[in-house]
Amino acid sequence: MSALLDSFAQQYTALPEPLRAAGGLAESRSKALAAALQDGLPAVRAERWRYTPLRALAQRSFRAATGASVDAAMLAHIPAPRLVFVNGWCDRSLSDLNGLAEGVRVESLGRVLHQAHPRDVAWLGRTFAEADETFARLNAALAVEGAVIQLEENVQQTAPLHLVSIGATEAADAAWHLRHLIELRHGAALTVVEHQLAADAHAHFDNTLCHVHLKPGAVLRHVRQQTASEHATLLYRTDAVLAAGAEYRRVDLELGAALSRHELNASLQGEAAAVVSGGAMLADAKRVLDTRLQLDHVARDTRCDLRWRGLASARGKLSFYGGIHIRPGADGTDAQLSNRNLLLSDTAEVNTQPVLVIDADEVKAAHGATVGQLDAQALFYLQSRGILHDEARAMLMQAFLIEVLEVLEDTGIAESLIPVLQSQLARKPSA
Amino acid sequence: MLNIENLHVRAGEREILKGLSLRLEPGKLHAIMGPNGAGKSTRGHVLAGREGYEVTAGTVEFNGQDLLTMEPEERAAAGVFLAFQYPVEIPGVNNTYFLRTALNAQRKARGEVELDAMQFLKLVRQKLQILSLKEDLLHRAVNAGFSGGEKKRNEIFQMAVLEPKLAILDETDSGLDIDALKAVADGVNAQRSPERAFLVITHYQRLLDYIVPDVVHVLADGRIVESGGPELALQLESHGYAWVKDRLSPETA
Repeated sequence: MSALLDSFAQQYTALPEPLRAAGGLAESRSKALAAALQDGLPAVRAERWRYTPLRALAQRSFRAATGASVDAAMLAHIPAPRLVFVNGWCDRSLSDLNGLAEGVRVESLGRVLHQAHPRDVAWLGRTFAEADETFARLNAALAVEGAVIQLEENVQQTAPLHLVSIGATEAADAAWHLRHLIELRHGAALTVVEHQLAADAHAHFDNTLCHVHLKPGAVLRHVRQQTASEHATLLYRTDAVLAAGAEYRRVDLELGAALSRHELNASLQGEAAAVVSGGAMLADAKRVLDTRLQLDHVARDTRCDLRWRGLASARGKLSFYGGIHIRPGADGTDAQLSNRNLLLSDTAEVNTQPVLVIDADEVKAAHGATVGQLDAQALFYLQSRGILHDEARAMLMQAFLIEVLEVLEDTGIAESLIPVLQSQLARKPSA
Repeated sequence: MLNIENLHVRAGEREILKGLSLRLEPGKLHAIMGPNGAGKSTRGHVLAGREGYEVTAGTVEFNGQDLLTMEPEERAAAGVFLAFQYPVEIPGVNNTYFLRTALNAQRKARGEVELDAMQFLKLVRQKLQILSLKEDLLHRAVNAGFSGGEKKRNEIFQMAVLEPKLAILDETDSGLDIDALKAVADGVNAQRSPERAFLVITHYQRLLDYIVPDVVHVLADGRIVESGGPELALQLESHGYAWVKDRLSPETA
């Protein structure tokens, strides 16, 4: 067995028995672990893991995170309501849930498990059948924290809910497995803004799994701004299920970490459900980013609009996979996929793979993927006005990435994200 | 202020400027006219520092500095401004942010105090008023989706804000209807001053009805073949550029 899996098996053994058994999950946890250990890490040939390098990771071991204390000043720019996790543990003193509307429930999974009503945590018992779903299985076995967010019918939560996950150095490299649930009943609306932040230059492992359930007519705006430590390893998987007329607007800013893999699986099961997903990937320095979108159009008149931008410089490496499957009977589907990339150095790498599988007759589907360079004319134009070369480049890179924020259709949130992009681009002049 | 001596420039295999010389003093406005392919725009680009041109001989001195060894942004900070024939569209970059970054970069390079957001806004509002431009220009992305006339007026607006010592206008009249042409000319005239010099590159005499030059140069085959007062532009208008070609020296003809 790899050192990595060995260390996760040890973490499982070390889980306190009441926690492991809470909510009647003892059996599903132990089965998930057994499946993960039996099938092992995704093989080098596993297509879905081809661009996520696991060889070095397999040889590392991580302790269960014990938590750390961080300076509250890190959160000064993040208003309430906010739920804060530090190294995978909910920090109540940093959290502040004022400003939630009536009918909005926000709770840490730790507390939900403590109350242990099996029907409340049935969603945690889901099994992952595929052999390459090792990390989802590990999450199913080990996750004891996360955010449980539930909105009653027609509840409109206007102030964005912030979910903050901070990584901070511990005595040894640590791992945590967060499990989130965002569930919106009929006609409910919510904006969730996730922040994956670094308190310092730690090298932890974060394996997060997020379930999104949108009932008919529900609208979820979901932003994830990933500015994790440049030594950290992040895996983030979202599984979303949309009923009729539900709308999921999602933006991911992949700006940090040493290795960050993001998987978004969305199943459009009700008529006229829509997923609009935009993302900006910044693979500078030696960062490896791997994004995989898999849209499954099951019902009629469903829509997806995927607009992703990538920027690779220095020894950065970014991979994008945009998979769209339109099932038989999903007539009237409108699927749009665009992935544009800038390759800014000879040693950087961009892989892009749009894959459309269409089994219905009357559909509109289009995809486009490009890899190019910064516009030399625009660069000269900016410089000719006195703007320094590096700054002019940063301006153009920002302009290139910024367009993905439009998918939110919320200028307030979009504008709050611009400084995040700016500061990450200014981090160092990209070669 | 500007002293160009015997400038030879190649772009790839082609020699575009073949011994161009010109002196420009503060407060003066020189027009450079010439047929297509004479090297008019090349000269503008070489002065602003665009890549892709090789200077094979000659010197360009600007206020005692060797302009050809400077980066484009250093030339801008020294006071050189090029109004582009084809202003570049930059979606995603806000006009105000762009101009403030540019102005402050220049001020910093010159050791001057940078302007804060309020001071800058006051300055641009004042300039908008002088040029009769609408404030919505500030909120748009740089040239993105602008009409031809709007792009050229945005160039003149940038010039007004950056207050260069030497402004080079590269075929600023091309593609403009008569109203837009007058608006651009008014903007240029408003900025003429004893400290500022202009090089106005144009194909047609029409612009010079509204921007009256001190000196007109005729550029043909990479060098200046004739210089004179404003009346030279009128002669060109009536005789055409063929008239100049006949006057080329035998070796280059």
